[in-house]
Parts: sequence; structure tokens; C-alpha cells
Amino acid sequence: MSTIVSLPDQATARIPKRNYLTNENGLLSWLLTGDHKRIAVLYLISITFFFFIGGALAGMIRLELLTPQSDLMASDTYNKVFTMHGVIMVFLFLVPSVPATLGNFLIPIMIGAKDLAFPKINLLSWYLYLVGGGMTLTAMITGGVDTGWTFTTPMSTHFSNTNVITTGLAIFVAGFSSIFTGLNFIVTIHRMRAPGMTWFKLPLFCWAHYAASILMVLGTPVLAITLVLVVLERTIGIGVFDPTKGGDPILFQHLFWFYSHPAVYIMILPGMGVISEVISTFSRKRVFGYTAVAFSSVAIAVFGFFVWAHHMFIMGVSNYAVLVFSLLTMLVAVPSAIKIFNWAFTLYKGSITFETPMLYAFGFMGLFTIGGLTGVFLGSSGTDIHLTETYFIVAHFHFVMVGGMLMAFLSGVHFWWPKMTGRMYPEKISQLAAVVTFIGFNFTFFPQFLLGMLGMPRRYAAYPHEFQVLNVFSTAGASILGVGYLLPMIYLIWSLKYGEVAGNNPWQATGLEWQIQSPPLTENFTTIPIVTQDVYDYEWLERQKEHEVTHVG
Amino acid sequence: MSDSHAVAVVGHEEGHSEHPAYQRHHFVSMEQQNETVSFGMWLFLLTEIMFFGGLFTAYLIYRNWYFPAFVAASHTLNLWEGTINTFVLISSSFTMAMGVWCAETKRSKGLIWSLIGTLILGAVFLGIKYDEYHEKYELHHIPGEIFHFNSQGFVHPSAEALKTGEKPLAPDMAAKTEVYFSLYFAMTGMHALHMVIGMVLLSGMLWKASHGGYMNGHIAFVENFGLYWHFVDIVWIFLFPLLYLISRHA
Repeated sequence: MSTIVSLPDQATARIPKRNYLTNENGLLSWLLTGDHKRIAVLYLISITFFFFIGGALAGMIRLELLTPQSDLMASDTYNKVFTMHGVIMVFLFLVPSVPATLGNFLIPIMIGAKDLAFPKINLLSWYLYLVGGGMTLTAMITGGVDTGWTFTTPMSTHFSNTNVITTGLAIFVAGFSSIFTGLNFIVTIHRMRAPGMTWFKLPLFCWAHYAASILMVLGTPVLAITLVLVVLERTIGIGVFDPTKGGDPILFQHLFWFYSHPAVYIMILPGMGVISEVISTFSRKRVFGYTAVAFSSVAIAVFGFFVWAHHMFIMGVSNYAVLVFSLLTMLVAVPSAIKIFNWAFTLYKGSITFETPMLYAFGFMGLFTIGGLTGVFLGSSGTDIHLTETYFIVAHFHFVMVGGMLMAFLSGVHFWWPKMTGRMYPEKISQLAAVVTFIGFNFTFFPQFLLGMLGMPRRYAAYPHEFQVLNVFSTAGASILGVGYLLPMIYLIWSLKYGEVAGNNPWQATGLEWQIQSPPLTENFTTIPIVTQDVYDYEWLERQKEHEVTHVG
Repeated sequence: MSDSHAVAVVGHEEGHSEHPAYQRHHFVSMEQQNETVSFGMWLFLLTEIMFFGGLFTAYLIYRNWYFPAFVAASHTLNLWEGTINTFVLISSSFTMAMGVWCAETKRSKGLIWSLIGTLILGAVFLGIKYDEYHEKYELHHIPGEIFHFNSQGFVHPSAEALKTGEKPLAPDMAAKTEVYFSLYFAMTGMHALHMVIGMVLLSGMLWKASHGGYMNGHIAFVENFGLYWHFVDIVWIFLFPLLYLISRHA
């Protein structure tokens, strides 16, 4: 194949015998693999495992909050449960989910490369993830942690007598997994592109990962050194965060949020990349304002580094700082809005179809928009002071991270499932799952906005009676949401054996990944392609089709 | 961007190799591979800058807050040992650069001796560092339970010192020297850890070089290790003035 020819391929009746899954056999061939696609699969399995642990903990939290008393578990158990829920979901699910699975699988294929630049480092980062995850689970089983996922000092350094050190080091290790993934992506996108694959022919998925990788590479080391300092303070008593020795606990928050605010964009940017691909495919149109969408990813990454102190408006930072960080926070809304508006314009007059990935993408747009708009409440210091540490915050970041990121993840998994496995999933039930997830999500988290406005604080096992009705709604919603997550788990596994054979390009999409067989060969391409066509050129594709019809007719 | 991308090369089945053994299968050419590896190394060093950046930020803030304490505490460091160590480290960077040059020009003996020299200088640096740490331990300047700061009369200066116009350090400010020493140990400790990692890698490289390695023109590892070693050197070049030199006599 010397040029990209996006003609509808003949759906072959069976899956090609030789592909990356069957190329080698045995456990060792997986555990020592250098193939980015196999590593992506390894990640997918392990990340799903942690997602369900984190989800089970969320279920326990919601059950406890069904009644005003703290009856299911004692307060300190509750503290440990929500801490573990946060730690696992943020560091072991949300941060790696899209980059490590879909990014790993697709970036080399999308740019026409045989593999990521550093296959061994890629495998190493999976092992680091496992070690970090294993340490986290060990910390959970041997007594848990109660500091909250933010490890705020002096709680984490002085008052907590739980497994802060193990958990801190676990995140340190998992952090290096993320650094190496980001490093690999940046170098790959710079150096491994096929001939003709210029920067402005890159799929937006790659742009989004490029921007997120910048954040991973620059932000994560700061988190790493911060956790080292916490561990040193707990073990040998250096006083960098200890006010009795002249240290400053607020410094911890500055350093922590310098990573952890950008971390939100590490989660959401790859998700946005997925949405760009899906929306374009299922409205059969070029993404409106491709350049603007591409650069908005980079803009979000850059702005993302200058807004961390909006997490600290009530921590006693100066009024001047509050003003500046408030303004900078508002500015992030601009590139995010550019994306949302451009997706809307892409949909405009498109031939829209509602396949499952598209349903999830719509879910993403709705939920992320609500999450983003409520962020404005929190970015403005006046309302922030009222809403800080209430359920409004909880609802806000769940809308952004779960409503946004998780919807995008599910959208992407469904979209590329045929490519990864060679098989289709059952369409009707997957559409149902998307709708159930959307409904369950709103049921769960919308009441929490109201709870927060009414003043219910987060992180307490017990609450006053007047908050019960909304909490019952929320818990009921959580069980619907749980069904929404279990369904794909079941039918996707089912589809591995019984799913219809997908063929190379079930969506008639234009990306390079759809031009190769599914599942792909180990080296992706038999011949390195020369890219001549524009990205998302659906108009061209449609013309080709008409041309064919007239010829056949 | 190099031209290496402009050429489409026919891929080959797994197992076959039409290229040199040290070219990884997923690269089109050696040139692309070398560029990629060196780009990756530079990016890694960028993450290292951010890693140390957290510590430098803490230093910047506390130095502003507790300036007299930082001045007094920096007086207690052993300036001579620090200076010697700076020279030792710069020399080791020089021998490392020589090593890279020897590898490039395929001088096997030169490479081996350069690596040995670098390894010895690295060990000398750590030895001197150990001596400094030991001195700090004896002076009770290690943060934690045993910490105590009254050395060299900063809190209660001698009559002689008072005559020369030296001011006593207020006891509450003297207590703040613990923050200085916390940062001193965190920063130099993190730096020393990088040295230890470097020396492990150096030993591996030396072993390979003494078995005739790196003479086939494939020296990406030597080059990138050189970058790493110079980076560790540069971190020290910042640490030395910040910790030892700045306003010792303010």
C-alpha cells in the first residue's frame, strides 16, 4: 500500500490468522513483549482491574451515605475507603487509562510507525504501573491510608498513623510509569512519523496525546519529589513542611497542585482526542477548525500549568494571588470551549449516525460541558469560598473526570474494539449501556451539586437528616451507573469469542489505523505508508463512493 | 527534522534483518534511531530538571523567609571540601567527555581509561561527601530528634566576634537553620543518589568496554550516559553556590 486508499473494504468472513495476538504464544511472549499493541492490552486488563476495585470502594461510600448515621463503617474506616477510592481512581485509572491503552495501541499506527520509539521503556512503564498498583493494594490491605488522595500536610506528615509511606512511594513509582509513557509519546510523534505525515496531517488524537504528554513529562517529576519530601519528613523528620521547624505545610499544596491540577488535563486531553476522532467519523465530516482544535490542546496544556493555586483560595494565599489565579483559571475555558464549539460545528449538517461510540461521545460533550461550567463557579473566589470542601466540588470533578474522561474512555474502547480484537460487540445492548451510563451518571452526581450548594461537606461518614433525600437519589443513581459499567465488561468479553468479524474498517473511517488488517500485524504495516491524503477527508471518501456507484451502475 | 523520514523503506518480515544488529527493528535507519534516542535522553533530562525544581523552589522560598538562618547555617559547611568536590566533579565531566570522544574515534584503551578515571573521581566525590555528612552528624546538624544549632558561636558569639561587629543570631531564627539543613540533605542526597546510579551504569559500561564494546560505531549509550553525567555535574554547579557560597559574609 503506497498511498492511503480509503475504499470500503470487503468484510472478510474470518479474522486473519497472522496478527499481533497470535504471532507468538505463551505467557512469556506477553510478559516480555516489546509490541506496543500487546502492552496496550496488558494495560487494558490491569487498568480495568483497578477500575473495578476503585468502583467497589465507591459503592461502599455511597452505601454508607444512604443513611445520615455512620452505620455501615466507622469514621476512620470511611476515611480509608474514600482515600483509597481517590488514590486508585486518580493515579491508577484516570491518569493512565486512555494514554496507556488506546494511546499505546494507536499512536504508532496513526503516524505510520512500526512501534513506539522505546519499546523496552514502554514495557518497563507497565511493570512500574503494576509495582505501584501492587504497593497501593498492599497499603490498603495492611491498614489503609486516611489522608485523602491529596496527602495534605500536616495530616500526612504528622497526624496520620496509617500507611502513608507505602502509598506515597506507590504513587512515586506509578508516576514514573506515567513519565515514561509521556516521554515515549513525545519522542515517537516527533521522530517516527511516516513520510508525508506532517504535523498538520496528524490525527487530533495524536495532538491531544502530545499535549497531555508534555504535562506528564513536566508535571509528574514535581509530584515525585514532593512525595519524597513527605516520606523523608515521616521517616527521618526533615522539616520542610513542618511549621514547628519553620517549614510550611502550604508549600506542599503548591507543589502537589502544580502536578495535580495539570493531571486533570492529563486525564481529559486524551479523552478529547478520542472525541475528535469519533465525532468526525460518525458525522462523516472533517473536524471543523482542525488547526484550532489541535492548538487548543497545546493551549490547555500550557494554561494548565498556571492555575494550580485555584485549589488554594481558602488556604491563606494573598488576595492578589487569588485574583490572578482566578483570571488564569477562566482562561482555560477558552481553549476548552474552542473544542466544544468546533465539535458542534463538525456535527452541523453532518450525516450523523448514533453508533455506540457516538452515544458515549455525546455523553461526554454534555457532561464535560456541565463539569466545565460549574468549574467557573469554583474558579471565582467569591462562590468558591462558599463551595470549597462541599459536595459541589465532588460533583464538579466527577462530572469532569468521570463524566468527561470515563465517557471518552468507553467511547474510545468501543470505537477501536473492532481494530484491537477483530470482532464487533453487540450493537443494541452496547447502545443501551451507553444510555444507562448517562442516566445513572446524572442521577448520581447531579444531586451532589445541590447537596454542595446546601452546604453538605465532603469526606464525612455522617450528615444531618435534611441531606438524606438527595443522598438516597445519589446512591440509587450509583447503582444504575454500576450496571452501566458492568454491561460493557460482560458483552465485550462475550464478543471476544462470539462477536461478528469486524473487517478492517467497520466504520468507514479515514485514519491510517483503519487501512490495516484487524487485529493488526505485529509490525503494523507490511510497508511503511506514504501519506498523501489529508486527515479526516470524508468528503473525498464520499466522492469516491459516488464515483464507484456511478461506475457500477 | 531529518530527511530520514522522507524515504519510504520497504518493511520486512519479523526475524529477517537486512540492517546492522544494533539497529532496532522499528527504525528505518541508524540515523533515525540515533536521533530518536538522543531526543529521548534530552527529554528525560528535562524531567530531571523538574524533579530537582521542586527542591529549588523550596530553597528559594525558605531562603527569603529565613535569610539570617541560611547565612549562619551555610557558614558551618566545609567550604574547602565543597570546593575540592566541585573540581573533582568538573574533572570527572572532563574524563567522561574524553570517554565519549574516544568511543567516537574508536580508541578502546582511551575509552577504558576515561571510564576508570570517571569512576574514580565519582568515588572521590562521594567519599568527600561522606566526610561532610559525618561532620554534620558530629555537629548535630542532622534534622530530626538530635538536631541542635549553636556551633561556631552563631547564637552566642564570642566577645571577640562581637567586637568585629558580628550580630548574634536570635534563638528563634537559629531554630530555622533546621530547614536549611533539611534542604541541604535533601538536595545533596538526591544529587548523591544520582551519582550512585551513574556509577553503577559506569561500571557496566566499563565491563562492556573492557570486552571490546563500543568500537563498532554504535555508541548511543556512551553518548547518552555522558549527557546524564554532565547533567549531574550541572546540578552540583547550582548546588555549590546556593548551599556553600552565597552571602557567607552578609
